[in-house]
Amino acid sequence: MATLATAFPRTLPQTRMLGASFSWWLLIAPAVILMLAFYAFPLAEVLWISVTEPQPGFGNYERLLTSAALQRVWTTTLRICVITTAITLVAGYVVAYALVSAPPRLQRWMFVCVLLPLWISVLVRAFAWVTLLRSQGVVNQALLSLGVIDQPLRLIWNEFGIAVGMVHYMIPYAVLPLYASMRDIDPRLVPAARGLGATRLEAFRRVFLPLTLPGIVAATVLVFIFSLGFYVTPAILGGGRTLMVAEYIKLQILDLIRWGVGTMMATTLLVAVVVVLAIFARIVDFRRLFGSRH
Amino acid sequence: MDRSAQAGPVANVLAWSVLLFLLLPISIVFPLSLTDQRFLSLPYEAPSLQHYVTFFTSERWLTSTWQSLVIAVFSTLLAVVSGTPCAIGCWKLSTRLTDLVRVLMLLPIIVPSIVYALGIYRLWIRLDLLDTYLGIILVHGVTGIPYVVITVSATLANFDARLEQAARSMGASLWQTLCWVIMPRVMPGIASGAIFAFIHSWDEAVLILFIASRALFTLPRRMWDGIQENLDPVMAVAACVMMLLSMLALAGDLWLRRTRDK
Repeated sequence: MATLATAFPRTLPQTRMLGASFSWWLLIAPAVILMLAFYAFPLAEVLWISVTEPQPGFGNYERLLTSAALQRVWTTTLRICVITTAITLVAGYVVAYALVSAPPRLQRWMFVCVLLPLWISVLVRAFAWVTLLRSQGVVNQALLSLGVIDQPLRLIWNEFGIAVGMVHYMIPYAVLPLYASMRDIDPRLVPAARGLGATRLEAFRRVFLPLTLPGIVAATVLVFIFSLGFYVTPAILGGGRTLMVAEYIKLQILDLIRWGVGTMMATTLLVAVVVVLAIFARIVDFRRLFGSRH
Repeated sequence: MDRSAQAGPVANVLAWSVLLFLLLPISIVFPLSLTDQRFLSLPYEAPSLQHYVTFFTSERWLTSTWQSLVIAVFSTLLAVVSGTPCAIGCWKLSTRLTDLVRVLMLLPIIVPSIVYALGIYRLWIRLDLLDTYLGIILVHGVTGIPYVVITVSATLANFDARLEQAARSMGASLWQTLCWVIMPRVMPGIASGAIFAFIHSWDEAVLILFIASRALFTLPRRMWDGIQENLDPVMAVAACVMMLLSMLALAGDLWLRRTRDK
């Protein structure tokens, strides 16, 4: 590499002309065209429909203020998202903490446990939860035969079932950024604090925890925005009885064919996601948290 | 390295319970698929393969599996062929405008699927692409591009830009530089990206509800209907088939990472 470095110093004279950079742009073009035509354009149309159907204007948005049903959908969504995010964060933190201090071989196995669910279809996982949690399901059967309960518990088709399925889906997304932030902490810091007389808890609370704050913020944002627009798990584990915003949108479009209200709720959802991201993108460098250390 | 900041026993027990919670639903599916009963349950007497026989002789399930595979292969191709040069171009030019291109490429990961589903549903109605291979492959391919761009960009981050300059100054054309200098170095990234894009299409369960209805019924689509209507034990077999491919993909990705880090 040394010879290469002397032969081509970083201050290589700029021989590239506009023509050269044009051919690089040609490489970028196909993806950009595809993305604009088949992603950005239809997305923009959703926003457009929300202010043009059934009549032009902000009539659809007014319903947010007047319709109790719409408000209930949003409060349900936000409540479940907050609960999910809180539980996921605690669970993810514990796993990331154990992960970062585990010996390498054990660490590899723990990583597989975290990554495996991430790779398996969300639908398969929701199906698995249904078979586990329904009233004739594995969990209830086991508890009944052990005599712990004499009536099957209602574990599914309610907010409890949704929360279980969502927490399960989200934990890996919390573990990865938390782990990334813990990995970068100097491992001598906590022992140093202990050596200076801090108790185990104090050393954790006053040294370790504050240093993981960027990871905590990133994990919170990630889990929260993924939860907001989550469709499959809430739709299956909620069984139509607990409506979150994504399923409400689907009902409006495919079953009731009310494009105005459906696209309005979709736009509101999108705005919520973008606002949360915009606030926190300034605080956390998301690019750093996803693997690349540069 | 001496990790003196060892997690205490309490933290370790808690962490392992969370990990078990993560594995619980995945590990229950396989035993369920071996049931000897006519309804979804754990095997009562002895494990049986009868539902596997049903799955692999059922035309409906086999057609769905085949359609899912065809769609996943072609949409992966689309994502790789358009995403790889895009990542390379952005890396090379690295201007404000390419930063914007990168954000555009990330859209499908940030925007909830349900929002995009409405837009593409509407567009496909107009273009008469509902329920067609072309329509689904375009949608899965375009939403798979981000995975390719991310993985290829990550490999390029470790690539010495002077190698490209050296090749160009010695007279290699852009095409030759791409084929002989850049591509071999980013191959692991492309392979990872392809795996991600494939699994993305293979598992995709939201957009498909909108853009396919009768002629094309992917595996996730059929599972979705099965969960809503009747939970028959063949579903557990289908779930196992889906999981098998995911696990192969994960193994492939881990293997790629290991060879890359060496």
